Amino acid sequence: MRAALPLFVGCACLLLILPIGIVVVLGFSGGTLLRFPPTSLSLRWFAAFLGDPAWRAALWSSLAIGGVACFVATGVGFLAAYALVRGAFPAKRLILAVALLPIVSPTVVTAIAMYYASARLGLVGSVVWVGLCHAVIAFPVVLLILLSALQAVDLRLEQAALGLGASRARTLRTIVVPLAAPGLASAALFAFLTSFDELIISLFLTNAATQTLPVRIWNSLHMQVEPTVAAVSAFLIGVTGVILAADALLRRRRAT
Amino acid sequence: MGRDRTWLLLLPALGLLALLFLGPLAWFLARTLFVETAPAEVPALFVDVLTARSMQVAALTTLWVSVLVTLATLVIGYPIAFYLANRRGWRAALVVFCVIVPYFTSVIVRTYALTVVLGRSGLINELLGASGLVGAPLALLYNIFAIVVGMAYVLLPYMVLTLYATMKAIDPSLLRAGRALGASPLYLFRRVYFPLSVPGVVSGSLIVLILALGFFITPALIGGPGDVTVAMLIERAVEILIDWPSAAVMSVVLLTATLILFAIYARVTDLRRMMGA
Amino acid sequence: MIGRGATVPGAVGLARPHERAAASISAPAGKALELQGLTKIYGSETVVDRFDTRIQAGEFFSLLGPSGSGKTTTLMMVAGFAAIDAGRLLVDGVDLAAVPPERRGFGMVFQNYAIFPHMDMFENVAFPLRARGMPKALVRERVAAALDLVQLGHLSDRYARQLSGGQQQRVAIARAIVFQPPVVLMDEPLGALDKNLRYDLQVEIKEIQRRLGMTVLYVTHDQEEAMNLSDRVAIMSRGRVEQIGAPRDVYERPANAFTARFLGEANLLPGAVVTSCPGRVAFQLRDGTVLHADDPSTRTAGTEGELFVRPEKLTLHPLADPPRDGVNRLSGTVRRASFLGSVVRYAVETGSGALVTADAPNVAAHHHPELGERVALAWSPADTVILPPDAA
Repeated sequence: MRAALPLFVGCACLLLILPIGIVVVLGFSGGTLLRFPPTSLSLRWFAAFLGDPAWRAALWSSLAIGGVACFVATGVGFLAAYALVRGAFPAKRLILAVALLPIVSPTVVTAIAMYYASARLGLVGSVVWVGLCHAVIAFPVVLLILLSALQAVDLRLEQAALGLGASRARTLRTIVVPLAAPGLASAALFAFLTSFDELIISLFLTNAATQTLPVRIWNSLHMQVEPTVAAVSAFLIGVTGVILAADALLRRRRAT
Repeated sequence: MGRDRTWLLLLPALGLLALLFLGPLAWFLARTLFVETAPAEVPALFVDVLTARSMQVAALTTLWVSVLVTLATLVIGYPIAFYLANRRGWRAALVVFCVIVPYFTSVIVRTYALTVVLGRSGLINELLGASGLVGAPLALLYNIFAIVVGMAYVLLPYMVLTLYATMKAIDPSLLRAGRALGASPLYLFRRVYFPLSVPGVVSGSLIVLILALGFFITPALIGGPGDVTVAMLIERAVEILIDWPSAAVMSVVLLTATLILFAIYARVTDLRRMMGA
Repeated sequence: MIGRGATVPGAVGLARPHERAAASISAPAGKALELQGLTKIYGSETVVDRFDTRIQAGEFFSLLGPSGSGKTTTLMMVAGFAAIDAGRLLVDGVDLAAVPPERRGFGMVFQNYAIFPHMDMFENVAFPLRARGMPKALVRERVAAALDLVQLGHLSDRYARQLSGGQQQRVAIARAIVFQPPVVLMDEPLGALDKNLRYDLQVEIKEIQRRLGMTVLYVTHDQEEAMNLSDRVAIMSRGRVEQIGAPRDVYERPANAFTARFLGEANLLPGAVVTSCPGRVAFQLRDGTVLHADDPSTRTAGTEGELFVRPEKLTLHPLADPPRDGVNRLSGTVRRASFLGSVVRYAVETGSGALVTADAPNVAAHHHPELGERVALAWSPADTVILPPDAA
């Protein structure tokens, strides 16, 4: 009985992490067939990934869209989170619920609605526009992270600043932003990651010239599986890993 | 009066949501249903779409899959969350790692990873074949089973993190008090711990159910030809059939179901703690 | 809004730190602060009920009361962090109700110090000056002077986590006065410090306030602190002001039983007024004893009330001592004696069964009775006050 729980949890965790580990290993596979375990290891598929202009274009497109989404969602999310934490106005719960809608409503529905509007505005394929659309789904993530980060900022420090004659804007700039900086950085990282990993909206809103990495993976999975996909997937997992590690460091800083 | 104007800071966010989310949704639904369709035909359109066999099968599949996925994540997630809430040290950190890394990995990458594990020449069939347990490789992909496994795999972290948030808040001194009063661990779990964790069970189940209902990538990639969910049907209506009115009707149905569940979720959960933030 | 106090350039370089500080942070005259019917309502509860007072320029005014009495809410209304639901707030005759906190120009000191953790002490103290756009050179000079004033000039490059609570609070005080505010608000600034340090800082605060001539509104729940620091004290309970007065007046002549008890040990003996002529009231206890009180007001005979006298005003005598004229006297049996160091506190059971507390100074010359001994208690009518019946 005592051993059952750790055993169960251990197995479950293994099953959770195993597929991801396998993909990473496959990314380094030396053969042309995607077999696990690989017979030899090499960087050839990473070389193929970064050597292929189409994959490279997808990478740049993903980075650009992620950058726009990150910038917009973090800025907008910070102001909203601050208003929700500090403001005294009615219907806060309702506003928060509405703000979180983009992550609960079915992405397919959101995506085709955005597609419908974008097609009529002639914006399909625009990197900035897709970035803005990604900002919509990254915004709730930013909001949740910053709500908890701002909650941890002592209200009395802000009152002290105001009481000492600093304007609202100055208090935000010199007190709130520096104190919430680790949270802001976390929020920005996850906003970027949300966009970087997003598939469905990109699927509808990008064109051949601006398709992102997930879209290209999707297409290649649908046609015939190129071994490059494993390397690209390993790359995406690597990005996630780097961002999680950065977040862990930021959290440690937040704690002290 | 020193009126509080902090709410003005919400305007950019509300603008973003209105212009790029609520606006397009309203535009899409209103135009396809009320402008491009004659008002008199709207009821008929709803009836047609909703009574079509493809829609009914898809709705049933979606519901069935979502419920199975919710149950699966609950059964697997509860012990993991329990373990996390009550342990410390490197083992717990390792468990957190195993939950968090998939949580933040792209859904398409995770689904792709499953095809590698579950495929005909995937790891599991290789192992089974090597052990001589089965003669021919098992069909683990492209069926309902694959969809449920795949979605449970993708959604499990949501369940674990929601349960964990609730369990972490359970005062351990209650359990110590119970033990001091002579209760066996099992009795304590049944009478004290589990009832206290129920809000987490409800929240976690609701969020998994909400996300499962609208799931697209995993069923589209590893489901069989006959296993079509509502989300897939909507995508097909737009991409293949270019039948916007049907897509709109199905979107209304899916959106309504999601919103109702989310309204319940918002009542029973502190939204600020959503997603274990 | 930099304040009117000009620096005296020549004096700065030559003087010793303390004098330099005083010269540079030379005081603008404090401003008068007028609270007119200040009221705060949360839901159905009136948290502050029509607070009325005029705080003079340069006055040290304390709000004293138990937690939940509304003192901090009153301060927050003055500071601008809580909206004023009714009433007016005037500074030198100008209504500030509509002015946001950052434009009121008050200095503020908080209980938890509220030192900005991401800035060193210099930057903390410089904060209000930079917010006012003061030129760099002047900022440096003012900050140095302010830190010298609280004797922390040598710690200007430290961060809050490197300082003790007392040091942090000194910096908070420097930060609150560096821009020469006409009014400084302090919200239990010493509440988090231990007793000895608290006393030292009280002395420092009082010294700085006197030197700079600023008006201080001070919130505390510690009656000794309020009495030590204040020119006047407002005693609050459940949102209402029970009494306002100089520390000595409110201590010796409380307006009601609440004030009497809150400021220290009090004997309150129920009874009724027998006769009253201007200046002297005769008051009969329940057991029939008649006692006198010096009381300027005239009271109607028959009015119920309580006779108040502080334990240290009572002297203990052997029962055999002859009574003296014009002195109140009660007799009773010693039931308890508590040794408190400087005094011995006796509980004496009197004829009515009520326990009367008497403090006898711990000196050999004083009569120190045994337990069970019958004694006489004597005190002057001048130390006696007749209070209205205790409403609580």
